[in-house]
Amino acid sequence: MTAASFSDQPVPMPRARRRTELAMLVFALAVVLLAYAAASLGLSGKLSGLSVYILVYALMMIGAHLAVRRFAPFADPLLLPLAALLNGLGIVMIYRLQESGRNGNPGTVVTDMSTSATMLQVLWTAVGVIALVAVLVLIREARILQRYTYTLGAVALVLLAIPALIGTSVNGAKVWITFGSFSIEPGEFARLALAVFFAGYLVAKRDVLALAGRRVLGIDLPRARDLGPVLIAWGASLLILIFETDIGTSALFFGLFVAMLYIATQRKSWLLIGLGLFLAGTWLTALTFHHVMSRFTAWLHPFSGSNPTGISYQPVQGLEGMAFGGIFGTGLGQGQPYHTPLVQSDFIFTAFGEELGLVGVMALLLIFGLLVQRGLRAALAVKDPFSKLLAAGLSFVLALQVFVIVGGVSFLIPLTGVTTPFLSEGGSSLVASWILIALLIRVSNSARQPAPQPIQDEGMTQVVRAA
Amino acid sequence: MNSLELTLIRIGFLAVLWLFVIAAVGVIRTDLFGQSSRSSRRRADTVPHPQPPPRVAPPRAKPKPARVSRQMPQQLLVTAGSLAGTSLGLTDQQITIGRAGDATLVLSDDYASTRHARLFPQDGQWLVEDLGSTNGTYLDRQKVTGPTPVPVGVPIRIGKTVLELRR
Repeated sequence: MTAASFSDQPVPMPRARRRTELAMLVFALAVVLLAYAAASLGLSGKLSGLSVYILVYALMMIGAHLAVRRFAPFADPLLLPLAALLNGLGIVMIYRLQESGRNGNPGTVVTDMSTSATMLQVLWTAVGVIALVAVLVLIREARILQRYTYTLGAVALVLLAIPALIGTSVNGAKVWITFGSFSIEPGEFARLALAVFFAGYLVAKRDVLALAGRRVLGIDLPRARDLGPVLIAWGASLLILIFETDIGTSALFFGLFVAMLYIATQRKSWLLIGLGLFLAGTWLTALTFHHVMSRFTAWLHPFSGSNPTGISYQPVQGLEGMAFGGIFGTGLGQGQPYHTPLVQSDFIFTAFGEELGLVGVMALLLIFGLLVQRGLRAALAVKDPFSKLLAAGLSFVLALQVFVIVGGVSFLIPLTGVTTPFLSEGGSSLVASWILIALLIRVSNSARQPAPQPIQDEGMTQVVRAA
Repeated sequence: MNSLELTLIRIGFLAVLWLFVIAAVGVIRTDLFGQSSRSSRRRADTVPHPQPPPRVAPPRAKPKPARVSRQMPQQLLVTAGSLAGTSLGLTDQQITIGRAGDATLVLSDDYASTRHARLFPQDGQWLVEDLGSTNGTYLDRQKVTGPTPVPVGVPIRIGKTVLELRR
């Protein structure tokens, strides 16, 4: 093999795959359009209403694609289309629920569902896409966020504390702050800031934390002083639980931290310690606070006594809806999801379960799974340890959120009020989810970017010497 | 809208939704395995090229690791010896291997020399060079005498340690 024959080989260039992204995005938009047609025909027998929103939505997604093409040309080609499909299906379902019982359509009006819900959701999607573009423009490398580790940690704490102080209590959870007719949920954004903080903190401290103290029964136990951060995270999540009565957020918060600790240190002991602390904390609060206990009662005894019409009315209605849908569902627009109170936010998954059936929700769960897989893939491929931890943490918290809410509405675990990412009605959750996707796009761009070509001079000299 | 049409729309939508999932999995598949099909297409493209194909281009029946890598390997993995399981990310810097404290990969192998061998990238290839070691460096079963290109997955033996490049 001579030196000359090496240099004649084509230079390996990973494909950017932006065309694949565009094709998948158009496919996703076609699926959303079809979903809208199916919902509209199923509901009223004619096409009406939403088409202008779908057009606006399609334009926004194409805009997002152009932004990715311009600012993150090597990003993973699936992240944007998968998110676009979920968001679009969410808009269609919200439209379908909004129309229920209105304009001569069958059913009753869904609790707390205004006639402008779809418009607002499209508007929030626009804010989400703007946030996505802003993140791509402002953060050219995920690792520059590492400079703001402690700033973002403080921001997260403030965001978490705001609702406890000036928040309004909605359905037993005090996680909202209202400005006039708008309300936002700061906890959704706090989660992202926390992921950045944990990633920055753990990159700095991973060696100390991994330096195990003693080995007991084959498990590396960390030193007592290294337990500090875990205990602080645990205490903070308990405080959220107590002051804001929000089990979902505190579970996500704590789960995120334990998972990132595990990823950073590769010590299984953290998982055991984390799980133990979580169970202990939940048990303590369940004994002390009535509303936490009632969630357990609704989960363990949904059908006993007056529960089906009392504390477990909503989950039982959701469950019956999914049972009504069966394997193939009733078809979009043809089910009765309006029986479940507040089906548009926490219970939107049961509405999909009813109208798309098991086959449809399996596809939805797979789409979430693929989204998480692409995030973890970016985390594996990227070289910079901070970006690695950040992408892994963000992917994990997305997966955990889907697990907590889908597990909750399907009675696998006690129900906690978290939104279904991209699907649920609600601006904060949507915008936060788009920012999460933007960060994953950014990390996957660094991961897939071709390495700068090495200087070829040395090879040239060798060729000359051989001649 | 009669109920037959609605049923068709309902089943049709589920089918399209699943088609989307399958298409997405297909994209991931091409990401993972697309490399080989693309490089074979490249090879077909270069047929009219006057330059003869590189000598190492193997017949199709040969196992994969022997094929010339068209993509730079990403890491160096220790597969046997006291450091087994260790992996090093490959950059554009050379990697020195030996018992010396300043080596990139410090071996605690009694059969390795202080400065045993080095691995360096050149023209899109990684080359291994023996640095005058006592017991020699072997690429697969061949003793390394001068700078030799290292294909992905071919073991490099240094004392009791075995290393290989991974993509």
